[in-house]
Amino acid sequence: MLKQTEGSHAVAEAVALCRPEVICAYPISPQTHIVEGLGEMVKSGDLKDCEFINVESEFAAMSVAIGSSATGARTYTATASQGLLFMVEAVYNASGLGLPIVMTVANRAIGAPINIWNDHSDSLSQRDCGWIQLFAETNQEALDLHIQAFKLAEELSLPVMVCMDGFILTHAYERVDIPTQEQVDAFLPPYEPRQVLDPAEPVSIGAMVGPEAFMEVRYLAHAKQMQALERIPQMAEEFKTVFGRAIGGLTHSYRTDDAETIVIAMGSVLGTIKDVVDEMRDAGEKIGVLGITSFRPFPIAAVAAALKNCKRFVVLEKSLAVGSGGIVATDVRMAVTGMGLKGYTVVAGLGGRAITKKSLHALFAKAGRGELEPVTFLDLDWQVVNRQLERERQTRRSGPAAESMLRDVGTVASKIA
Amino acid sequence: MSLQPVKFYQTGTFTVGNRLLAPEERSVQANMQRTNSLNSGHRACQGCGEALGARYAIDAAMNATNRQLIAANATGCLEVFSTPYPETSWQIPWIHSLFGNAAAVATGIAAAIKVKKQKGQGGDVRVVAQGGDGGTTDIGFGCLSGMFERNDDVLYICYDNGGYMNTGVQRSSATPPAARTATTMPLGPEPGNVFGQGKFVPAIAMAHEIPYVATATVADLRDLEYKVTKAMGIRGARYIHILVPCPLGWGTASHDTIRMARLAKETGIFPVFEAEYGEVKSVLAIRRPLPVEEYLRPQKRYAHLFGKSPAVATIARIQALADKNIRKYRLQARQGGH
Repeated sequence: MLKQTEGSHAVAEAVALCRPEVICAYPISPQTHIVEGLGEMVKSGDLKDCEFINVESEFAAMSVAIGSSATGARTYTATASQGLLFMVEAVYNASGLGLPIVMTVANRAIGAPINIWNDHSDSLSQRDCGWIQLFAETNQEALDLHIQAFKLAEELSLPVMVCMDGFILTHAYERVDIPTQEQVDAFLPPYEPRQVLDPAEPVSIGAMVGPEAFMEVRYLAHAKQMQALERIPQMAEEFKTVFGRAIGGLTHSYRTDDAETIVIAMGSVLGTIKDVVDEMRDAGEKIGVLGITSFRPFPIAAVAAALKNCKRFVVLEKSLAVGSGGIVATDVRMAVTGMGLKGYTVVAGLGGRAITKKSLHALFAKAGRGELEPVTFLDLDWQVVNRQLERERQTRRSGPAAESMLRDVGTVASKIA
Repeated sequence: MSLQPVKFYQTGTFTVGNRLLAPEERSVQANMQRTNSLNSGHRACQGCGEALGARYAIDAAMNATNRQLIAANATGCLEVFSTPYPETSWQIPWIHSLFGNAAAVATGIAAAIKVKKQKGQGGDVRVVAQGGDGGTTDIGFGCLSGMFERNDDVLYICYDNGGYMNTGVQRSSATPPAARTATTMPLGPEPGNVFGQGKFVPAIAMAHEIPYVATATVADLRDLEYKVTKAMGIRGARYIHILVPCPLGWGTASHDTIRMARLAKETGIFPVFEAEYGEVKSVLAIRRPLPVEEYLRPQKRYAHLFGKSPAVATIARIQALADKNIRKYRLQARQGGH
C-alpha cells in the first residue's frame, strides 16, 4: 500500500509486519520514532504476541535482546550513536553467541563534541563486531531491508544491523510502499532457532572457550559472513519475486558502464551524488556511481567487478578513521588491489555537515582532472582549524578546543555550504 | 568398636536432623530425586561457599518450578568454574552473556517465555539470574535496578563473598570495611578497605518495593531452600542475597566455610531476614550475639587487625556496625522467624 509517511514510521510498520516477539526500547535520537511507533502498535493491540520493554540503557536493551533471542523469540531493537557505543560489549556478545537479533541504527555522529546529526561514525565503529551491516539509501529501502534482515539473520544465526541515515531518512516524509502481511509472511518463515534455552532439552550457552577452539569459533563467524555474501544477492531476487521491487543486494551500480570515474558511497547521500552524476553526464563527463548496500560482509568481488573498467574512483564517506583516513576507502582499496586504479578518499558530511551538489560538482571535476589529494575533507573550514592550531601553538592553556572553535565560527543558523 | 552417639541436633547447629523429619518436611537436597542442577565435577575451590549456595538455591528453584527453569549467569567464579567446556556442570538450560547484564538477559528470557506461552508454544517456565557481588552490586547494578523497577518476573540471586575473587580478590562495593583485598592493601594508617557508607543491596532492593527480598547464608541451608522456594511462588521481581564465604579471598580454612557464614550471622555482621514490598517480615534471630572478634580473627583478610598491638578502635567500629544491624533488623527480638 502506498503511503506518505515518516521514515521511522515506515520502518516501524515493516518491523511489525515481521511479527517480532520481543522489542526493547531505549530513547536516543534520531532512532526514537521507530520504537515509539512499535510501542504504540503493541499497546493498541495492533501488534499481538509481542513484549515491548522499556529498558534502562542501551546496554540493557541489547542484553534483554540476547536473553529473548536465546529463548527463541524474534527480537528487535533500535539505537544510534552513543547508544550503540554504550551497548558495544553486548553487541559483540550477540554476534559471538550467534543470536539473530535485528537492530536499526539511525546513523548519527559520535561525541565528543556531542552532536545529534547524521554521519556513519557509529555503525562503522562496529565494523568488526561480527554483525551484518546493511545501509539503506532511501526510506523504501530501509523498510524493505528490515524484512530481508530478519530472514538473513535467522537463516545464518547472525545479528543484522540495518543502517539508515539519522534525520535525513528517519525523519523524512516520503512515499513508501508498505507491503501486506500476506507478502511478508510468504517471504519470512517463522523463526526456527538453532539453539534455544528450553527445560525440555537443557543446553549451556556462553561457556568459556580457550586457545584450543577460539580461532575456529571466530573463523565460523567469518565463514557465516562469507555465506551472507552469497545469500544477500539471492535474497534480493527472492524479495523481488514476492514484492516486485529490486531492493537489497550487495552493491548497486548507476551509469557506470563506460565511466572513467566512479564515485563510491553508502546511504542517503547516494541520491545527491546521482543527481550530480546525471548533470555531469549531461555535460559529457564519463562518471558513474557505485552504492554499497552491504558494508559487512564487504563485497570485495562485487566492488572489484564494478570498478574493473574505470580509471579512477572516489570513495565519499561519512566517516573518518582518525590518524589514517577513510574506513570504507580502506576496504575499497583492498578490493581493487593490483588493478592499477587511482583512488581518492573524501571524508564528508561529518556531524550533519550538508553535502551539497555544488561541492560535489567541484570535487568530482577535480578528481576527473587528477588534481584531488589522496584524502580530502569536503568543505572543511581551514581558517577555523588553522586558527585553533595557532592558538595551541601560542598558549599552553588554550582551553577546550571545540568551544574555542565554535566561538571563532560565531552564531550561524547552520553550516550548509 | 566405639559407639557413634546419635544427636538430635546436628553438630553446632540448631537444625533438627533430616532423619527425624517426615519425608515431606525434609530438605530438597535430602531428596534422592533432587536435580543436581550444579552437578559434581566442577572446578570450584575446596570449601567454596558459592558452589554450595548455588547448588542448594538452584535445586530448590527447580523443585519449586517442577523443573521448568532457565538460568542466566553473570561472568565470575560461578560461571568459570562450572563451564570449562567441553564439560558443563549445569543440568538446566543456562546462559552466560556478560559480567554486567545477567538481570537484563533474564528479563529477555522472561519476556520470550511470556510471549511463547501466550502463543501456546511454551509452558510456564521461570527464570533465575545469578551473579557474584561484583556482578551484582557493582557492574551489573544498573541492569539489576532496571529489572527491579519494571518488576520483571525474575528471581535474582547474588552470591556475596565480598570481593572480585575470580580476578584475584579485588575490592567490590560489597567488600566489608577494613578487609584486606588486592586493591585495599593492609598498609598505611587505615589498612584494608575504607569505612564507607556501605552498599547493602538487599536494602536497595527493598527500596524498589519489589514483592520479595531475602538474605541468607550457607550456614542455614534449610532457610535458604525455604526462601528460594517461597520466592519461586511469587511473580515479579525477587532478590535473594546469599553470604557465601570464600576460603581463597577471606583466608580461611576450607572446612570453615559454614562456620564463617554462621559467625557472620551470629555476630550481626550479616543480617538474615526476609522482606515483602519493602518491609521486613521476618528475621533469623540471633540467640546469643557473639563479639565480632570471633568472626574476624580466623580470617587472614583481617590479620592486620590482630598484630602485635590489636587495632582495638577498628574492631570497635566493626562491632558498632554489627550492633547497628542487630538494632535495625531487631535480630535479637525473636520476632517473626519461621
